[in-house]
Amino acid sequence: MLTSDLIRLSISSPLAYRMRSLLTGLGIAIGITAVILLTSIGEGLHQFVLSEFSQFGTNLISIQPGKTQVQGANVGIFGSVRPLSIEDAMALRHLPNVEYVDPSVTGNAELRFNGKTRRTMVIGGGHNLPRVMASRVQLGSFLPDEEPASARAFVVLGAKAREELYAGQNPLGSYLKVGGQRYRVIGVMEPKGQILGFDMDDTVFIPAARAMELFNRPGLMEIHLSYKASADLDSVLRSITEALKERHGRVDFTLTPQAKALEVLGSVLDVITFAVGALGGISLLVGGVGILTIMTMAVSERTNEIGLLRALGAKQKQVLMLFLIEAMLLSALGGLAGLALGFGIAQGLHEFIPALPVHTPWQFAALAELVAIGIGLAAGVAPARRAARLDPVDALRTE
Amino acid sequence: MISLEHVTRNFAVGDLEVSALRDINLTIAAGDYVSIMGPSGSGKSTLLNLIGLLDRPSSGIYRLDGRDVTSLDDEEQAKVRSEKIGFVFQSFHLVPRLTASMNIELPLILAGIPPDDRKARVEELLQDYGLADRTDHRPDQLSGGQRQRVAIARATSMHPAVLLADEPTGNLDQATGREVIGLLEKLTEQHVALILVTHDPMIGSRAKRQLHMVDGQIVSQT
Repeated sequence: MLTSDLIRLSISSPLAYRMRSLLTGLGIAIGITAVILLTSIGEGLHQFVLSEFSQFGTNLISIQPGKTQVQGANVGIFGSVRPLSIEDAMALRHLPNVEYVDPSVTGNAELRFNGKTRRTMVIGGGHNLPRVMASRVQLGSFLPDEEPASARAFVVLGAKAREELYAGQNPLGSYLKVGGQRYRVIGVMEPKGQILGFDMDDTVFIPAARAMELFNRPGLMEIHLSYKASADLDSVLRSITEALKERHGRVDFTLTPQAKALEVLGSVLDVITFAVGALGGISLLVGGVGILTIMTMAVSERTNEIGLLRALGAKQKQVLMLFLIEAMLLSALGGLAGLALGFGIAQGLHEFIPALPVHTPWQFAALAELVAIGIGLAAGVAPARRAARLDPVDALRTE
Repeated sequence: MISLEHVTRNFAVGDLEVSALRDINLTIAAGDYVSIMGPSGSGKSTLLNLIGLLDRPSSGIYRLDGRDVTSLDDEEQAKVRSEKIGFVFQSFHLVPRLTASMNIELPLILAGIPPDDRKARVEELLQDYGLADRTDHRPDQLSGGQRQRVAIARATSMHPAVLLADEPTGNLDQATGREVIGLLEKLTEQHVALILVTHDPMIGSRAKRQLHMVDGQIVSQT
C-alpha cells in the first residue's frame, strides 16, 4: 500500500467522527500546552537569571579570602586565614593574560552633604570597578588610577545617591562626608537599576584602601580579576594560585571563575526547567490514556470492517499500520494544536506581564511534538495489535 | 483451477470437537458456476471461507491454480486473496464513511496500485454497474441494490479468478435480487468461477453445478 493511501485511509475514521477525535486530540493538546507553557516560563527565567549575572562579563575571576574545606580539629593559629591585602591585588596585575585587577570592600556608611544625611552602600574599589560592574560614568570621571596606599579622598556617586543628596545641583567638586570623612566628588555614574534586589544606584564609590580604613577591616572582601578572553582559564587560575601561595605560604583563598559559576547556575536552572516540563508531562500522559481508550473503542466498533479489509487482501501488517497511524495522527494533530496554544498563551502572558520572562526554544517545541507522536504510537500499539490479530472469519461475522 | 482433496475442518466447542466439514473433495474450473445449498449449519459458509483463504483446513489439501495454498503464511494468503479472490456478502460490508468510488477502490489501494491506474479502473466499474451518478454517495445514501452493485464492483476490481458470494440476495427484494444474480452470472462469461452460497432453491437451481450439503458433507452434485 502506498504511504499516501495509508495516511488517507487512516485519517478517514477520525474525520468521520469529528467530535470524538477533537476531544481525544484535546487531551494531548492540553498536555502539550502545559509542557510548552511551563518550559517557556522556566527557560525564560533561566535566561533572565543568567543575563543578570553574565552582564558582568564571563572572563572574570573572583578571589575571596578563606578556603572552603572540611577538616577535623581546630588548627589554631596555623589555620588562621591571612586577609587579602591590596598588595596581593597589585601583585596579580603583572601575571600573564591578566587584563586588570580590582580590589573590593563593601559596607554601609552615612553620607552627609549640606545638612542632608543618607545611609547608603559604600563600595571601595579601584580605577577598573566600572568595567567589573559593567556600568558607565555619566558625569566627571571615575576614581583615578593611582597607588592604592596614597589614594586621594575622592568619591563617585551612584545616580540615586546623587539625586537624593544634590537634587538637581551639580555635585562635581563639592565635598561630601562619608562616615565622617571628607571626600571630594569627582564623578556620577549612569543609572543602573537593581541587580538581584540590590539598588546599584543608591551607592557611592571610594578608593578601596580608604574603605578598608573606614570600615576598620584588615583586608579586602574580594579581588576582581579580568583575564584575556583568548587565555586558557585553567592556566590563569594556576598562575593566580601560585602567585598568591607564594605570598601567603599556603592556599588560604578561593578562586571563583564567573564562567564556572554561570555553568553551575545554568545546570541548576536546567533541572528546574526540566522538572516543570515533567509536571506538564503528567497531563500529556492523561491525554495518552484518552487515545488508548478511543483506539480500543475504534477496534471494537470496526471489527467488521477489519474482517472486510482482510477479505479484500489486507495483510495483518497493513491493518496494524492503519490503526497505529490513526492513533499517531490523533496525537500529532493534538500536539500541533497544543504547540500553537502553548506558544500563544506564553506570548500573551508576556504581553500582559512584561516582567515575566518567557522564552520558547524551538528545540523544546520539536521535542514536545515528538513526545506527542511517541505517546500516540505507544497508546496505539495494543489496540492495533489486537486489530491485526483478529480472526477474519469471526471479525466478518461480528455485527 | 480449485481442487480440494479430503479436506476437513474441525472446531473446538468447549471440550467437544465439532466437524464443520468432513472429507470434502471438489474441483472447480475457470468460468464454472457453482451453487452450494443446504440447511444452516451444514458447512456452506465454512467451505466458502476456506476456499476464500480466510480459514484453513484441519486436514487435507487445497490447491489453487495448481499451487498448494494450505500452508501459506498470513502475508502470502493475503496476497492470493488480493489477486485471485473476490467476496460478495449478504450484508454488503461497505465501509460506511467512504464514498461508493472509494469502497470500490479499496482492494486496489490495499494492493498498492498507483492512483492513476486505479482511477481509470474505478471509473470503468462505476459505468459498468450503473453507478456513475452515485460516485460520491456514501453507503447510507444508496439503496440495497446499489449497495450490492458497489460490493460486486469492488469484488471484481482486481480481476479475480474466483468470486465467492455468500447469500448475496439475502437482504434484497426479489426483483433486485434477480438483477444482482444477473450481474454475477455475467461474470462467468468472462471466465470467472462463481461460487454462490444460498438457501433459496430458485436461485441455486440457476447454477450449472449444484452442490447440496448436509452435516459438513456434499450429499449430491448435479
